[in-house]
Amino acid sequence: MASNSKTLRSPLQVARGLGSAKHGTEHWWSQRLTAIALVPLTVWFVFGVIRHLGADHAAFIAWMKSPFSAVMMILTAVVTFHHAQSGLQVVIEDYVHAEWQKMALIIGVKFLSFALAAACVLAVVKIFIGA
Amino acid sequence: MANGSGRPLSPHLQVYKLPLTAVMSITHRITGVGLAVGTLLLVWWLVAAAAGPEAFARAQGFIGSFFGLLLMFGWSAALYYHLCNGIRHLVWDAGKSFELTDADRNNKVVLGATAVLTVLTWIVGLAVW
Repeated sequence: MASNSKTLRSPLQVARGLGSAKHGTEHWWSQRLTAIALVPLTVWFVFGVIRHLGADHAAFIAWMKSPFSAVMMILTAVVTFHHAQSGLQVVIEDYVHAEWQKMALIIGVKFLSFALAAACVLAVVKIFIGA
Repeated sequence: MANGSGRPLSPHLQVYKLPLTAVMSITHRITGVGLAVGTLLLVWWLVAAAAGPEAFARAQGFIGSFFGLLLMFGWSAALYYHLCNGIRHLVWDAGKSFELTDADRNNKVVLGATAVLTVLTWIVGLAVW
């Protein structure tokens, strides 16, 4: 944003909107949105885990056969992994300074997070439809 | 201070005693990373249940073992801390509670709520189990 660049746009105009990182407040906002969603989801999840401590397979399957429980479990898993990967990204950006290491870690964390979320969703769906 | 100028030195992390607010700030991050690792247990639990009774019994057996319960205790305490301190972050995001007196009070609120919720969960959990 050098003031002697060829553009006629002022530095303020360049910074406004998306900002230097080109993501605007999107990352910050999605972290907060998932945080808010996780408050009720976590409460539901903790109660569910307590009720199924030491439960046998049949009891667990019966729990996941309920549409409400299945939807809540899928939401919990997906939102948790989304929140986790965005939080871990910030931690990596703060402490890892070699560019290629930083990028490799962020990409690895994101790929792994979404793969694990997909595994959770498939598991719940499989139980729900009884395949 | 030691530089003889009478002016305060900027804190150096290796010799500076962190105030509770600072310790709680870094703890939020540490519990977040810990919880992210803990999600592996959730994946195992769900995938094992989908795989069948034997796999599920193995997962339940691990969770019910001494090491498993120890992990679950640490995980539940971290979860409640991150939840309570996360709500505090949302309050900050709303532009509230930035005064030092608020911070001192909310340190205690978050720590107290974490302790009460963790103990309560385990009393109920072990009673049901």
